[in-house]
Amino acid sequence: MSTKNSVMVFVQQDDEQIAEVSVELLCKAKDLASQVKASVTGVLIGKDVRKSAESLIPYGVDELFIVEDDRLENYTPMPYTKIMVDIIKKIEPQIALYGATTTGRDLAPRITSNLKVGLTADCTDLQIGDYSSKGVDYKNILYQIRPAFGGNIIATIVSPEKKPQMATVREGVMKLIELDPSYKGKITSVNVKLTDADFPSVIIERIKQEKTVNLKGAQVIVSGGIGVETKENFQLIIDLAHALGAEVGASRAAVDAGLVPKDHQVGQTGTTVRPKLYIACGISGSVQHRAGMDESARIIAINTDQEAPIFKIAHYGITGDLKDIIPKFIKAFKAKS
Amino acid sequence: MGLNLIVLVKQVPDTQNITGEAMKEDGTVNRAVLPAIFNPEDLHALEAALTLKDTIPGTQVHVITMGPPSAIQVLKESLYRGADSVALVSDRKFAGADTLATSYALKCAIEKIGNYDIVFCGRQAIDGDTAQVGPQTAEKLNLNQITCVSNIEKVDTKKRQILAKRSIEGGFELIQAPLPVLLTITDEGYSPRPPSVIKVMTYKNASAEMTEEKYDESYIDNKVEQKSNQAINLWDINAINADPDSCGLAGSPTKVKKIESVILVSADIRMIENSQDAIAGMVHELIADHTLG
Repeated sequence: MSTKNSVMVFVQQDDEQIAEVSVELLCKAKDLASQVKASVTGVLIGKDVRKSAESLIPYGVDELFIVEDDRLENYTPMPYTKIMVDIIKKIEPQIALYGATTTGRDLAPRITSNLKVGLTADCTDLQIGDYSSKGVDYKNILYQIRPAFGGNIIATIVSPEKKPQMATVREGVMKLIELDPSYKGKITSVNVKLTDADFPSVIIERIKQEKTVNLKGAQVIVSGGIGVETKENFQLIIDLAHALGAEVGASRAAVDAGLVPKDHQVGQTGTTVRPKLYIACGISGSVQHRAGMDESARIIAINTDQEAPIFKIAHYGITGDLKDIIPKFIKAFKAKS
Repeated sequence: MGLNLIVLVKQVPDTQNITGEAMKEDGTVNRAVLPAIFNPEDLHALEAALTLKDTIPGTQVHVITMGPPSAIQVLKESLYRGADSVALVSDRKFAGADTLATSYALKCAIEKIGNYDIVFCGRQAIDGDTAQVGPQTAEKLNLNQITCVSNIEKVDTKKRQILAKRSIEGGFELIQAPLPVLLTITDEGYSPRPPSVIKVMTYKNASAEMTEEKYDESYIDNKVEQKSNQAINLWDINAINADPDSCGLAGSPTKVKKIESVILVSADIRMIENSQDAIAGMVHELIADHTLG
């Protein structure tokens, strides 16, 4: 299948690790490509990336373009933009997707500005559909769906006239598909001429801590909000999480109040989660928070305020003081299991 | 030698503090009642520029905003804090601009000022959270960028070099880059200064003349521009030499197909009594269907 009109994914690597969101995007690209009857392509840039590239083909990648250079080990905007613009002009994909990471959000706008094409940031869903405007019908257009206005509205954006249609996509919202180890895709090495002038920024130091909190992989999350009020009370949240073998989450308000470190934050500016069970304690349920957890299979809301919006999306609700309720919860679980 | 700094700012509806009054009966947001504010991270970007002005003699801070005439308020706020010159880029032809068309107009305005060392932006604006306009503007200026900057560690005016701390997931990078450069600033490292009382007195009166003009919803025209106070520059499409085909709706490849308000519908919620027995019953149910356990 030709790579022209393909669905392309910018595959992000940091310190030789492929970003999870890029794998999620390759899976989504496969789905979109089957709808528009096109191939899936990817671009992977870095120091020594062929091995990583090989591991990605089983996600259904038809052709993966790799660009290798020691100076490309970590992302900086100028050379990465040059390479991506070059490759996009060469292979002319109809859709190009990027993770909505600090890298993707740094790179994608530069590419669109260069190519004068549209870009939608931070999508939470992508679909294929038709679009009509001023008497012109466009078939199989990318619907770029994202929350806007502080999460109070959901907007569907299209950029029908220009190709590629570009979007950055939030981590954790696209589902992984099963690998096909026998998938036949090829890896193509691309040479892009780079001079020292293409590398104005120098990374003097790079500190990146391994994630100690794994919200995305958690089956059960116990989350605390500003209603938890104090650090001592937050210990109850942690105790319940320990008892249930769950991960500890938090609302932005709880993080801002210093009750818990930021890597626990669930929501629009934190992590998007979809566990089997989400227990929201003292969380009122702002749109920003809900945007990050409302696809949880089950939600338990514990809140003193009966009118809190969280009750509108919860499956179980308990009104009352969490200092009183959580110990009962722990006791009940220990007795049953 | 002083630096020539340009700060891009935006006036936005305050989506962070949506109160009961801002919610309509149907659960959607009534934007009309949301107060217009200085985009929070843009205020941090202004602070980063003013901090350099405080330490490097001869430094000039120019502030640009694009928007309707009411956006003059953020320019006044910038003057109150110490900006040397401010400009409102406003024209009917800019209406309906997406981030690409916005970055084009801002690029033209920046080129009108010219000869800049650093362009500052807030990391993102709270009405759209796209974080796109900064990098798009940098690309159009063929300018290097450092996004998500929490702090400027050092500016070496002799070597014409900057050292900036950039936030990344789970950590940071220290980036060294030559000037000129575009930076987007986060709300982590700077505390925006309050307005100076003396400057408020100076510019409040100066710009009062402007706000008395009855051009609330209509865009500025030549008549207004002639009357404009020297403290606030008003630039229309001709003043910045912009190509109309690249501005506003015409220059915007993205179209909004559909807007849906987020309305909460009550799920099939079961209220559980706050008693040991009722909670145990719920826990038992969750274990039985393999949600817990």
